[in-house]
Amino acid sequence: MSATEHPTEHLAEHLDTHNWTGALRRRALRELPPDRLLPDSQPAYMSSWIYLFGVLTVAALAVVIGTGCVLALKGPQWWHLSSLGHYVNSMHLWSVELFLAFMVIHLWGKFFMAAWRGKRAMTWMTGVVAFLASIGTAFTGYLAQQNLDSQWISTQAKDGLNSVGIGAYFNVMDFGQMLMWHIVLLPAAIGVLTVWHLVLVRRRGIVPPIGAVPPEDENTSEKEDRP
Amino acid sequence: MKRGRTREQTPDSHAFPTRPYDLVKEAVIAVIAVTLLTFGLAAVFSSPDEKPVTVATWSQADPADFTATAVTELGGTSATAQYGPPYNTAADGQKLGPLPLQTWAGVKHPIDTANDFVLQPLRQTPEPAAVTAALARWNAASADQQTKWTGAYSDALGKAPNGDPAKVAAGDYGPVPVLTARLLQLGQSGTLDAQLLAEGHYFQTDYTRALLFLADGSYLQDQARTQHLGGDQWGMMNETGNYPGQAWLWLYTFWYQVQPYKSSTNADALVWGTMALLSALLLLLPFIPGLRDIPRLTRVYKLIWRDWYRDHPTPNPGTART
Repeated sequence: MSATEHPTEHLAEHLDTHNWTGALRRRALRELPPDRLLPDSQPAYMSSWIYLFGVLTVAALAVVIGTGCVLALKGPQWWHLSSLGHYVNSMHLWSVELFLAFMVIHLWGKFFMAAWRGKRAMTWMTGVVAFLASIGTAFTGYLAQQNLDSQWISTQAKDGLNSVGIGAYFNVMDFGQMLMWHIVLLPAAIGVLTVWHLVLVRRRGIVPPIGAVPPEDENTSEKEDRP
Repeated sequence: MKRGRTREQTPDSHAFPTRPYDLVKEAVIAVIAVTLLTFGLAAVFSSPDEKPVTVATWSQADPADFTATAVTELGGTSATAQYGPPYNTAADGQKLGPLPLQTWAGVKHPIDTANDFVLQPLRQTPEPAAVTAALARWNAASADQQTKWTGAYSDALGKAPNGDPAKVAAGDYGPVPVLTARLLQLGQSGTLDAQLLAEGHYFQTDYTRALLFLADGSYLQDQARTQHLGGDQWGMMNETGNYPGQAWLWLYTFWYQVQPYKSSTNADALVWGTMALLSALLLLLPFIPGLRDIPRLTRVYKLIWRDWYRDHPTPNPGTART
């Protein structure tokens, strides 16, 4: 095996058959070999607290989904009638607040890093769309509360949506429609976008500092675990 | 080095030196930390849950406002009656520049306020003889006569002490006082809540008619304003009580507070158009010269990567391509 050849390439070449499944496997291994998908090392330039907000965003999303699943198990009335349900709803609310706070800090951090450099434009774009989808998901959650807040928000928000023709199809005063968007369609979109975003991050690696050049001396001494 | 097309390309991140790192351990610790933080925040701050306004609570708490609203629904002068698409054709709706997007979307949730909010609920319940006669008189009258009756009664309610229907001056209001008085009874008994929601189905989750009727009155708005949810109170991003609400909607709410949006008859369309444009700019930022150069020009990145630049002096990072 040559110094530049990746270990999985040799394996894939022998195991793959010439059908669609084999082609997909070859492509997946070529684009995202296991040690890039789950690396046990990171570039030395990653030494800032700002990097924490990516993983904190994903962690908060996990808590949002977990608490949302508990609320879904018991139904939309439960949290109005039960102290335990109210507590789970409180957890859902605060995890959403944390999720969006972490995400906004992550976004600003990536902006000031110009993190779209080096063929990472799609990584930036999937992150932005995930951010917008998250705002929509939180918004439909507020609409599905079944209390004074949701009444007021829906009767006010309808004007903006109607003014550009969206309200004719996305009716914020239809509780059933909003609940479906909140617990099915938008979470599914966020899930797909998050996985896509993370795969792109692993595939391209973390963007280097602006103007940084790989130091030749350190390359030879510290890069032996890299393809 | 010249700027522009000759800027240095971004090197492959895998060409840089590395150090040991446990991705899975970091993720597990992050999930545990955020979960504990969420447990704590929920325990300390809880979450708001103000009871919803119903037609029953509205009509009991403020029968004058309920009656005045019912008259505007019957006379076709309420906000919903004159809204336009997607509820009716009474108006063209807003435009985004030359684009009548609201009109193009069409009437997808047809609402006839006189029939849906007043007459049909009256017909669907046992009618006292006076109400049967009032309905017959209303149906037999011309549209012009109906408008005169409701207009005269609205004016009279406005002049009555506290808008009290019982204190309205004598006048030619036709059957309107009988119809609205009966509707008030249905409202106060809770019957009207169920009727507005039912729409002929047993199972129902669409609150469009009930919410539009509530929003046409001033009672719901009064309740919202006491919770600082009014439009001029940055209401869309607020939450009842002292909770952070949807703080991420600050920019959307901001446009409603400033000119020319604030006083425009197309304010909603303008705000949506502006936010759509800004969202597109954010999405396509990597491809927009000038905007994509802001990080390089502001040099905040030097703070983020200060350790790297200290250990690996870079002569002129500002010439790199962003």
